[in-house]
Amino acid sequence: MSCRKRCKREIFKFAQYLFRLVTGTLSTDSVEDELELSTVRHRPEGLEQLEARTRFSRKELQILYRGFKNECPSGVVNEDTFKDIYAQFFPQGDASTYAHFLFNAFDTDHNGSVSFVDFVMGLSILLRGTVQEKLNWAFNLYDINKDGYITKEEMLDIMKAIYDMMGKCTYPVLKEETPRQHVEVFFQKMDKNKDGVVTIDEFIDCCQNDENIMRSMHLFENVL
Amino acid sequence: MAAGVAAWLPFARAAAIGWMPVANLPMPIAPTEKNKRQDELIILNVSGRRFQTWRNTLDRYPDTLLGSSEKEFFYNEETKEYFFDRDPDVFRSVLNFYRTGKLHYPRYECISSYDEELAFFGIVPEIIGDCCYEEYKDRKRENAERLMDDQEDNKDAKLPNMTFRETMWRAFENPHTSTMALVFYYVTGFFIAVSVITNVVETVPCGSVPNQKEVPCGERYTVAFFCMDTACVMIFTVEYLMRLFAAPSRYRFMRSVMSIIDVVAILPYYIGLVMTDNEDVSGAFVTLRVFRVFRIFKFSRHSQGLRILGYTLKSCASELGFLLFSLTMAIIIFATVMFYAEKGSSSSKFTSIPASFWYTIVTMTTLGYGDMVPKTIAGKIFGSICSLSGVLVIALPVPVIVSNFSRIYHQNQRADKRRAQKVQKARLARIRISKTGSSSAFLHSKRNGLFNEALELTSSTEEEQRLSKSTSLLESQHHHLLHCLEKTTNHEFVDEQYYQQSYLEGGLQNYPSRSPSLSSQDGMTGTCCTRRSKKHHTPLPNASAPAHMQPLTHTHTHQQGLQELSTIHIQPLSTSRSSLNMRVDDPAPLNCQSSQITTAIISIPTPPVTTPEGDAHLPAGPAHQNVVKVSAL
Repeated sequence: MSCRKRCKREIFKFAQYLFRLVTGTLSTDSVEDELELSTVRHRPEGLEQLEARTRFSRKELQILYRGFKNECPSGVVNEDTFKDIYAQFFPQGDASTYAHFLFNAFDTDHNGSVSFVDFVMGLSILLRGTVQEKLNWAFNLYDINKDGYITKEEMLDIMKAIYDMMGKCTYPVLKEETPRQHVEVFFQKMDKNKDGVVTIDEFIDCCQNDENIMRSMHLFENVL
Repeated sequence: MAAGVAAWLPFARAAAIGWMPVANLPMPIAPTEKNKRQDELIILNVSGRRFQTWRNTLDRYPDTLLGSSEKEFFYNEETKEYFFDRDPDVFRSVLNFYRTGKLHYPRYECISSYDEELAFFGIVPEIIGDCCYEEYKDRKRENAERLMDDQEDNKDAKLPNMTFRETMWRAFENPHTSTMALVFYYVTGFFIAVSVITNVVETVPCGSVPNQKEVPCGERYTVAFFCMDTACVMIFTVEYLMRLFAAPSRYRFMRSVMSIIDVVAILPYYIGLVMTDNEDVSGAFVTLRVFRVFRIFKFSRHSQGLRILGYTLKSCASELGFLLFSLTMAIIIFATVMFYAEKGSSSSKFTSIPASFWYTIVTMTTLGYGDMVPKTIAGKIFGSICSLSGVLVIALPVPVIVSNFSRIYHQNQRADKRRAQKVQKARLARIRISKTGSSSAFLHSKRNGLFNEALELTSSTEEEQRLSKSTSLLESQHHHLLHCLEKTTNHEFVDEQYYQQSYLEGGLQNYPSRSPSLSSQDGMTGTCCTRRSKKHHTPLPNASAPAHMQPLTHTHTHQQGLQELSTIHIQPLSTSRSSLNMRVDDPAPLNCQSSQITTAIISIPTPPVTTPEGDAHLPAGPAHQNVVKVSAL
């Protein structure tokens, strides 16, 4: 923009400012209040559709929705609320990183908020899904950039997030290299072809051969 | 954990599936929901007004009346509802507490009725939410003070065993207690007045001796004034000494403001007695006589209003300080400007900047004596700006001071600011405790945790009911979740003290023993374990128990790395698994011998499979079968 125009604009703004100073209008109401209207009010689809899409019964959906709406009256959870809620379950440590990853796992359409539909779909997989689906979900959780491969760095991030939830006061004392060692153990177990990444097939194969993991997948089935 | 997020516990537990592939150890068993009922609506009839809520909502707080079985006492069979003959308005807040997890205090409620209702329903008022807590505490304090005031009026009755000293102190502090005190009170008041008037009259010029200039009365009737002064000082000294004698804490009395005023009032006299009639020091002596005017402050013992004023000034110290500071800034600025503006004009009174200070102060406070006036045009312009801004600067902090005074006056000048700070600190401490409470609740229940797992396996319901504490299902599920996290990371939650201790012992790769001397620096040793197992010999009356322990401890020594922690379970339940705070003297766990053994065997691996990767896949499956068989013995 040319210098002349700029000068003109500045002078005009200064004159406006002087005028306001003299006439005494207080702070001008700026255009910020437009943004206030964007509070989202989200309503989930009907109960019948949800019943069809998930494996929950009607009553269970009702209980879930009541709890969900209680904590998030607007109908969607944004990441901060999610982190808050999750942090309440782990008072000793810092659950925010893991909550961030969880949020991304639940937020399947990546729009920055988890609606009730996302929430209940995720829970349907976790609580009522087949083992295959659960493992799929877990893989999706670990694969931070959703490229189909779990690298060591991604796993390290996840591991650190999990260890963060433990907090400081643990026995034995948490060391710097504990997450890294754990990641090594994990990769040794999972990475069959030793190419440094774990694919979904390697992951599912390995988990299905592991009795512990298989058993623990069924652990939370009676949660609701 | 707030009840509001209790509804999200199923989600948190489901999300724990994300840890499963990462974990190397088996997960603990989930707590089963014993006799899970379909969630039903229950009706609470409070003095005719019916409230309805889910049963689960009330069960969130099992240690209150509505959350426990205590409400069964109020169950009305005919109408199938719970009837409470209480105030329905306050009940609204109580029920909202269950629903939202936050307790609110309605401002229009009387504080004592609210407290009574809370006490009836078994709710501790400390959990009132932040939004209403200040109000609640203020009202409570006001109420308490009002009660105290009422009580003080009845305090005149003399306690039989008061010593002479205590009687005197009470007489001094509260003149209405006895006639003597009242007489003393009025006499001292009179003498203070006399002393002050004397000081004033001393300087009045009274009558002139012919062919001499006017002399002040003090110099004319020196002897009379001196006697008067002496008499007053005598009285004040005696009074001070008596107060000092009677004070319960002499040190505190000597530090109090009133006693300092007393001392300052009588000291000049004594100093004057001591000093000789030297020309040099008499100037200083005259200055000292100024301090005699402080006697007027002794009146504050006699006047409540004066005390309030003093207290107001003290409590508004920050506003006063700000006023002073801003005035000083403005004075310096304007004095400088005026000086340079008036520099040009001749015969200007503004000789230097400090000389202009006087003009600035007089102008800003709108006094305008007129002894210094600007003559140049620039000076006049700046002078007018100075006076206009003076009005503003002074007017701003004054309303604050005034409102403070009225507030304190209405509150009868209690030292509430000091107490509020203490309360605030106490409250923050309480919030902190409640935050750590949830984690310590987990640690506490870990010690009992192994119990409940064992009990669930043996499924002996009577023992279950006997030993399961009041941990609600919600709590046990939450603890199970934390337990799973521990298993995933192969580390355990400990409390702060133990963490400090173990941190100080430094570089703990191995399982430390209780006494530092035994800290196994050379790895797991047999001595370490056998010593521990020996320790458990004594409290276990069941002789077979140690026998079971022994073979298990031997496997201890051969493990390494991650497996060590898994074999902690060998220890009987009297110890918390993680720490070596061996509570072997705890009698409670010894009730269930069978469950101890049961638990011990659960966690020991049948021959540990050391896979090449060094993981410990502990097949607890087959062990389960063993468990059941053993306990059947």
